[in-house]
Amino acid sequence: MATLKINGERVDVDVDASTPLLWVVREQLGLTGTKYSCGIGICGSCTVHVDGAAVRSCTLPVSELAEGQEILTIEGLSANNDHPVQQAWAELDVPQCGYCQPGMIMAAAALLTENAEPADTDIDAAVTNICRCGTFNRVRRGIHLAAEIKKNGGAS
Amino acid sequence: MSKARIAVSRREFIIRSTTAGAGFALGLTLPGLPRTALTAEGTGGTDWAADPEGPEINAWVVIQPDDTVVIRIARSEMGQGTLTGLAQLVAEELECDWSKVTTEYPTPGENLRRDRVWGSFSTGGSRGIRDSHAYVRKGGAVAREMLIQAAAEAWDVPKAECSAEASVVTHGPSGRTTTYGQVAKAAAKLWPPEHVELKDPEDWELIGKPVKRLDTLDKLNGKQIFGADLTLPGMLNAAVKACPVFTGKLDSFDDSKVRDKPGVRAVLAVGDNAVAVVADTWWQAKTALDALPVTWNKGPHADLSSAAIDEMLDEGLTSGEQVFVGNASGDAEQGLAGAAKTIEAVYAYPYQNHATMETMNATAVWTPERCEVWCPTQDGMAALEAAAEAAGLPIEQCDVHKIHLGGGFGRRGAFHDFVTQAVLIAKQLPDTPVKLLWTREEDMAHGHYHPITKCKLVGGLDESGDLTALKVRISGQSILASVRPEWMAEDGSDPVTFQGFHADGDHAISYGVANLLVEHAMRNPPVPPGFWRGVNINQNAIYLECFIDELAHAAGKDPLAFRRKLMAEHPKSLAVLETVAEKAGWGKPAANGAHRGLAVVKTFGSYVAACAEVSVSDGKVKVQRIVAATDPGYAVNPQQIEAQVEGSFVYGLSALFQGECTIENGAVVQSNFHDYPSMQIADMPDVEVIVMPSGGFWGGIGEPTIAVAAPAVLNAVFAATGQRLRRVPLKSVEL
Repeated sequence: MATLKINGERVDVDVDASTPLLWVVREQLGLTGTKYSCGIGICGSCTVHVDGAAVRSCTLPVSELAEGQEILTIEGLSANNDHPVQQAWAELDVPQCGYCQPGMIMAAAALLTENAEPADTDIDAAVTNICRCGTFNRVRRGIHLAAEIKKNGGAS
Repeated sequence: MSKARIAVSRREFIIRSTTAGAGFALGLTLPGLPRTALTAEGTGGTDWAADPEGPEINAWVVIQPDDTVVIRIARSEMGQGTLTGLAQLVAEELECDWSKVTTEYPTPGENLRRDRVWGSFSTGGSRGIRDSHAYVRKGGAVAREMLIQAAAEAWDVPKAECSAEASVVTHGPSGRTTTYGQVAKAAAKLWPPEHVELKDPEDWELIGKPVKRLDTLDKLNGKQIFGADLTLPGMLNAAVKACPVFTGKLDSFDDSKVRDKPGVRAVLAVGDNAVAVVADTWWQAKTALDALPVTWNKGPHADLSSAAIDEMLDEGLTSGEQVFVGNASGDAEQGLAGAAKTIEAVYAYPYQNHATMETMNATAVWTPERCEVWCPTQDGMAALEAAAEAAGLPIEQCDVHKIHLGGGFGRRGAFHDFVTQAVLIAKQLPDTPVKLLWTREEDMAHGHYHPITKCKLVGGLDESGDLTALKVRISGQSILASVRPEWMAEDGSDPVTFQGFHADGDHAISYGVANLLVEHAMRNPPVPPGFWRGVNINQNAIYLECFIDELAHAAGKDPLAFRRKLMAEHPKSLAVLETVAEKAGWGKPAANGAHRGLAVVKTFGSYVAACAEVSVSDGKVKVQRIVAATDPGYAVNPQQIEAQVEGSFVYGLSALFQGECTIENGAVVQSNFHDYPSMQIADMPDVEVIVMPSGGFWGGIGEPTIAVAAPAVLNAVFAATGQRLRRVPLKSVEL
């Protein structure tokens, strides 16, 4: 049994302590926006925020999370699909198949929290997610546009 | 026969067919499973089949009373934008309000019941739009005429006095108006007109417009359900492991070791080569499977290795056995013998995995009377056939619900091994929905790989350095021999092997060479090949475009000028090539000391070219910038074409730099993204896309540009370093 705080709500989950956060989120809580793809912490499809930082949830056992830690999944990023990153992504039609995009968006959102105006090199270092359709150019433009939206007082 | 009687009989047909659909869905023992919930979550549609009185105008168009326009899409959306493009084609002729358009997938079972009214469901070969544009536009046009006629009849005015625009019908003389939603029910009762005129391309308003995708918003907040995300009431989860050695079988497993693990419900053989653990959650199933002792009967290929395959292909480079001619003109041997200078080179291209981000998966429920499957598939009809076969039921008692794909790239089109497995598992647990999800490791071990080939090219130059003879010998694997033997030519050759070398057609060579011979020595190692985004043009374009570059340098000529001289008969190819060269600044120094390379192909019916700029420092290649041009004839949605062209460089350059599956002990060595890496954003060059539709034909978009990615970069690497890299991938190459 673990007690977690996910998207602002405290939840008790009855799982083996070694279960990765990804599978708790997907299978216990039904929040399937966070994706499985590699399971070894490389591709970033499973990216969520823990206390504001982007983490790979597929290799993070729930036992390593302390009770008060704030976990944010794509479903909790905004109430109305209007986080600056989501606004920018909609404006530029970023997703193709879309499977990696929740992770991509969570990585981008965490970067912007930490760095309001990331340079291209900051994006290169922070967004290491894999996308096989090939959305990278629009992802990059999307992050710059989201920074602008945020600066101009867009919802967050 | 009066119009009314015809209308009634047509109506009866629709009611009969859709009632059959509804009855089918209800016949399933899935308590508490509303079909609407499934479609809303899973396939993004409305509950049309359960509503035989619903305002279906025809198979392609449903208009709701609130003016919502539901456009039916038979092909699959896997990121390539086909869903939006096809909807644009229908909407263009329908004259509807684009802001009111939504889409839904009809099921393959419904297609069978309605005499295949939606045609092909196959989504591959960059054919989504180019193969179906005529009949989907006609579907929109027919619906428009019926809606106008319904309004005219309601007003009791001649139809010719009425017109439609943006979902509003107007009676010209009186100025009266009504909306599609208001006349839809009456229109649905009319018999469709036999002949409709499609619009002249010059009158298109929606086709050619860079409208936003229809499927973006749900992809931003986690709402988009992929196959891997599906949840059904009472559903169990399965993890599977098949014999890692190709053609090997399951020998035995000791389920006593995992039966008592938390959540485990069953440990099952799946067919003759795999074992599955079924549990309450997938994580429980996966961890139990990891702990399950399994022995395999590895079969005859347990010693297969990449080294052995390499030898097999090397032999084919010069052998006279199993050799087929794909294109020939003049006399290549004589041309070479008489050449002032001959150049020879051997290139090699490896096995590659599709590596869709979403691993293979399917959800199935089986009863003695019914089988239903939910899955991401590039070909719903093929998925249905696979489901019926595995279920052991007549196809009429099965159906497949298509779900958006987390990547397809060819893996989910010709192969439905994941559907077969899911059904075989579900069949052992009747009445229980089971979701099968492959691990990435399983996905890497059991792909249908980009085929392996090598290619030896010999070119002859005359005194003035012009190409007079070219001999091309491809050695390696045929996709069709393994996957579609019925598509092979009468002489036993595989025409798909020659993509990019054909004399004419969708994949024609872009050069006129007086003495040409292109051959394929078919060598088929026991590794399952598949159609892989771009198929055989990917390596064939490397072979030809890099070798042309070699010939140009050997002739002491500029690669653009050398090509231009061979392209007199290929003006559209030349046009895209000249465009990228000009836009990139060919002939002038590139920024930051970068060097340039060119490539051009005609493939999947489109003309594409790229100019790459690369720099090399500390032995590492950095692709700085790419200028790419595409002439697809008609450009349905230019901004989606741009996205596909940009994305093609990710797929193509990942393949060039990193993509390789090697074989040891009969199995694929690579197991996940740590040893089968894929590009990240830091590696991504700037891409400038030029969409230059010349009109008059329909070319593909999703694949062509992949073909020019690698050769343009390889030619630029040569320009930068003087090194000719002839073996893909480059990851282990030292520069």
